[in-house]
Amino acid sequence: MSETAALLPDSAQHPAEGFGATSADRFADAVADRASRSGSRTRWARALGWLARRPAAALALLWLLVVIVAAVWPGVLAPGDPLAGVPAENLQGPSAAHWFGTDQIGRDLYTRVVHGTSLTISAAAIAVAVGLIAGSALGLLSGFAGGRTDAVIMRAADVLLAIPGLLLSLALITALGFGTVNVAIAVGVASVASVSRIMRSEVIKVRSSPYIEAARASGNGWLRVLVRHVLPNSTGPVIVLGVLEFGGAILAVSALSFLGYGAPAPAPEWGALVSGGRDFLRNAWWLTTLPGLTIALTVLAANRLARGLDSEGATR
Amino acid sequence: MPAATRPASTIARYVSSRLGQSLLVLWAAYTVSFIVLYALPSDPVALLAGGDASDIIPEQLAELKAHYGLDQPLVVQYLLRLGGVLTGDFGSSIATGRPVAQVIGEAIPPTLQLAGLGFLFAVLTGAGLAVLATYVRSRAVSTLLLGLPPLGVAIPSFWFGLMLIQWFSFQLPLFPAMGDKSIASLVLPSITLALPTGAMIAQLLSKSLATSLREPYIDTAKAKGADRRRVHLRHALRNAALPAITMTGLIVGQLLSGTVVTETVFSRPGIGRVTASAVQQQDIPVVQGIVLFAAAAFVLANLAVDLVYPLLDPRIQLTAAPRRRRQAPASPAVAPTAEAAEAPVPDIDAVLEDAR
Repeated sequence: MSETAALLPDSAQHPAEGFGATSADRFADAVADRASRSGSRTRWARALGWLARRPAAALALLWLLVVIVAAVWPGVLAPGDPLAGVPAENLQGPSAAHWFGTDQIGRDLYTRVVHGTSLTISAAAIAVAVGLIAGSALGLLSGFAGGRTDAVIMRAADVLLAIPGLLLSLALITALGFGTVNVAIAVGVASVASVSRIMRSEVIKVRSSPYIEAARASGNGWLRVLVRHVLPNSTGPVIVLGVLEFGGAILAVSALSFLGYGAPAPAPEWGALVSGGRDFLRNAWWLTTLPGLTIALTVLAANRLARGLDSEGATR
Repeated sequence: MPAATRPASTIARYVSSRLGQSLLVLWAAYTVSFIVLYALPSDPVALLAGGDASDIIPEQLAELKAHYGLDQPLVVQYLLRLGGVLTGDFGSSIATGRPVAQVIGEAIPPTLQLAGLGFLFAVLTGAGLAVLATYVRSRAVSTLLLGLPPLGVAIPSFWFGLMLIQWFSFQLPLFPAMGDKSIASLVLPSITLALPTGAMIAQLLSKSLATSLREPYIDTAKAKGADRRRVHLRHALRNAALPAITMTGLIVGQLLSGTVVTETVFSRPGIGRVTASAVQQQDIPVVQGIVLFAAAAFVLANLAVDLVYPLLDPRIQLTAAPRRRRQAPASPAVAPTAEAAEAPVPDIDAVLEDAR
């Protein structure tokens, strides 16, 4: 992860316009511009080639795409109603008619898992967004400002890291109340400290790299350098971090919904589905096994993809 | 400087500065928990009185608020509670009225058993896996073993616990599914608790083992005729374990928060169950007590590491000053030489910070 920032291609930078640009700056931007235009044509081919060489990452990406489809258009994968049950068909094992079996009131478990995807995935997405936005803003400020600002922000991060993430989330839920959005915010806030530390070390690394020296030497102000050069070159590591955090967020969100702090009862949140199957562990294994397997596969896929992207950045 | 020549005053200054830092972190953790739990808009008394508090007259509500000190300005509440915490009074549970210190104190022994065994499992399986994966000559076996920790990190532990119950309590009646009556009832919960931690240890240790196996001293040991096992365990593992030791605080925190899910799944009494029900009832004083307890455990574990680490790694330079963040070198051109000059004497702050 740490290597990615400096190694990203210059095509990530955007051409500069405006009157403030010096000639050296304009020249650099023109070069970057040409690189990015020739790069965009082959980008897809390169990405496909990359995936073909890494079957595990390709599988992970495929699974995540299925999960995203399930989250956005659940009807495509499961046209049924996740809340409607046929009591006569209760507690049936997996079959051609009910892929994941049925629960105690005859609801189709597969339909419930598919329709629960959007709840769990959007909660995880909110958590990642909160963590990444707040964390990178703090990390950027800390790494860039240095001095006292840096010390204060990092001390605060140290303190937040002294409280285990799940307990910090639980304290926030106690104050905010239950529900999917509150769970998501709580999980996101709990990750702010670690994100800000990673972001800070990334920024410090980028800040001391030659092209930043060059941009500064050409007479650009810090703000311009920050927006034009540091930010575009930090997107790679942030994306990798986002994918990695996403896996962790799904785990945290589903653990909290398993404990009963998420959406109220009939909502098919993944963690709540596992919890709902607890009482039928002895006679209906599918009620806990299959939703849990879905969570595990999704987290595994996100982590695998993050690892693939990370090693990509490090070796290029 | 080598350990033997460290003057006593340096050590005393180091120890006292670490103690001071620990206290500072604890105070800050109290402040964070206060801000989260008391300054955010929530009304524990109204919740206690029945959600929307429609069946309670305003006078009673005010009386209840006064009883818990919630009618005072935030700053006063902050100072009063801080004073209480300093004298060992953590307030009393809103749900049951019992002192928080007593509620948590009673829950510690069963959780300590669970977390202790979980820690043992995590370290043994995590380290065992890492050593084995880097030791075996077969590439296929090594790849297979190294594929396990990412799985362990991805599996939700609440689900893993339920799967263990299903397989080893119901299908094969080997262990009880719940309760805390026997040693046997401790096995499945501690395996569940150990899963994410063990996977993390395995990932970390296999990476640092692979790194230290490439170091020149390994070649030296081999050239001197040490056999493979001795090189692996005596030379590589001892050096590779150092970074893993700095993770102790993190592991303690992870185990402690893992008990919330594990104790719920296995219906065991303990800190985790107290936490789960306190959050359920929005019992703010108990939740704050638990957050402080967890922070104290983390701080103590880190303090222990800070004090023991210099003994394990005598190359380390002790710094008594408040932790100074390493700044990036001002000019990249000078950086390599500056780093090379500093390399032989790593600073303890740098070492610990890299890991945490």
